[in-house]
Amino acid sequence: MSLSLKAPQRPQSDSEKQLEFLRETPGVTPIVHKFMEAGLFPLRSNGISVMQVNMGKVCNLSCKHCHVEAGPERTESMSRKTVSSCLSVLAGTGIPTLDITGGAPELNPNLGWLIEEAVKLGRKVMVRTNLTVLELEEYAQLAELYARNKVEVVASLPYYLGKNTDRQRGDGVFEASIRVLRRMNELGYGREQSGLRINLVYNPGGAFLPPAQHSIETEFRREMTRRYGIVFNKLFTLTNVPIGRFLNFLMQSGNLEDYLVRLAGAFNPAAAELVMCRSQISVGWDGRLYDCDFNQALGLTCTPDVPGYIHNFDLTCLRNRPIMLDNHCYACTAGLGSSCGGAVLEVRCK
Amino acid sequence: MSSYYNPADLAKFPTMGEGAPELWEKFMSYYNAVFQEGALGAREKALIALAVAHALQCPYCIEAYTREALEKGSNEEQMTEAVHVAAAIRGGAALVHGVQMKNIAGRLGF
Repeated sequence: MSLSLKAPQRPQSDSEKQLEFLRETPGVTPIVHKFMEAGLFPLRSNGISVMQVNMGKVCNLSCKHCHVEAGPERTESMSRKTVSSCLSVLAGTGIPTLDITGGAPELNPNLGWLIEEAVKLGRKVMVRTNLTVLELEEYAQLAELYARNKVEVVASLPYYLGKNTDRQRGDGVFEASIRVLRRMNELGYGREQSGLRINLVYNPGGAFLPPAQHSIETEFRREMTRRYGIVFNKLFTLTNVPIGRFLNFLMQSGNLEDYLVRLAGAFNPAAAELVMCRSQISVGWDGRLYDCDFNQALGLTCTPDVPGYIHNFDLTCLRNRPIMLDNHCYACTAGLGSSCGGAVLEVRCK
Repeated sequence: MSSYYNPADLAKFPTMGEGAPELWEKFMSYYNAVFQEGALGAREKALIALAVAHALQCPYCIEAYTREALEKGSNEEQMTEAVHVAAAIRGGAALVHGVQMKNIAGRLGF
């Protein structure tokens, strides 16, 4: 079964043009001003505990919210040489966590090698998967490879109902995701004492903010168990970032201004202080270095003051670098904050 | 075409504080307190607000609380049921007043 969607048109794929739209939206203050008011400018890295490696933009899906604009028609894919450079940096620096993303990282032929070598180095390895790719015959064995290497799986599942998920990710995606999640549970993922962790990722089905993470996690846990018999460890809520394909949606649906004003109005200095870019480095498919995967999607490389490629990685320079900010960063600083690990602030019910 | 209801006017709601700032502050303080988590969760309160907004047919409130309900994690099915609750109460309220009609008709007739 092919779950590939017809790739949407990409009229806003020019990164500079995307940033212009975000800068010129009426009623939205440049985010740098907000960081200044909060006493957080320049925002600096406070060390690197995560290397996030984007293995490429190739994907079997073309989700409506994808900031990478990944899809079956993309060809960008990390070479073995660049993967080797990532492993050398991991070995030489002691960065404890490798976070692998894409696109669909499974579609990069070097994924298995990267995982196994990183595990040999004693690193914690996480893979971000769209789940459905693990149903394709030639990639199905990767689920076992994840389990053998105790890879922490972070799986996209925008909602616990098919209609909402398929509207965002394509017809048939939800059912395929459920089948793969059942298989992951059979392998031990999400089961107590197995040591195999699987976390789900919720993101809003449109131009609105995510709910409080603890609240939607409780509901997901109940509904995923009740409806499908599926268990998982944690649910991460992510805010849709107004770039890439999601920016196209915002513009085509007439939601751009309202959404940006909503994000900017929800700017939270406490969340801004904890943004994920301060503790990670993001590696692009071609070895370029970025502060985060969103900056990567926009081609906003790290500050010019630091070596810009994985092959000339310099931890001393990078771990105190100033972070490159622009108005898309409002997505990570709104409300309880948003990061690849979900909300950065936790608010509990009474 | 002009209309009494302009979506952009929702953002002008705070201008109602200009003529009577103390009353505005008191109202907003109360309003915000009402929507805090309490004996009811924020999500339940958003759904109640959405239902009331439909009962009142306030387009500003419908827009605000559609977004709020989504941001509290409700889905379209749950929100539609909330609107049906409003419709049922409104319909029931009309129908139960039929008893008045019957009483009056009974009093006026032979």
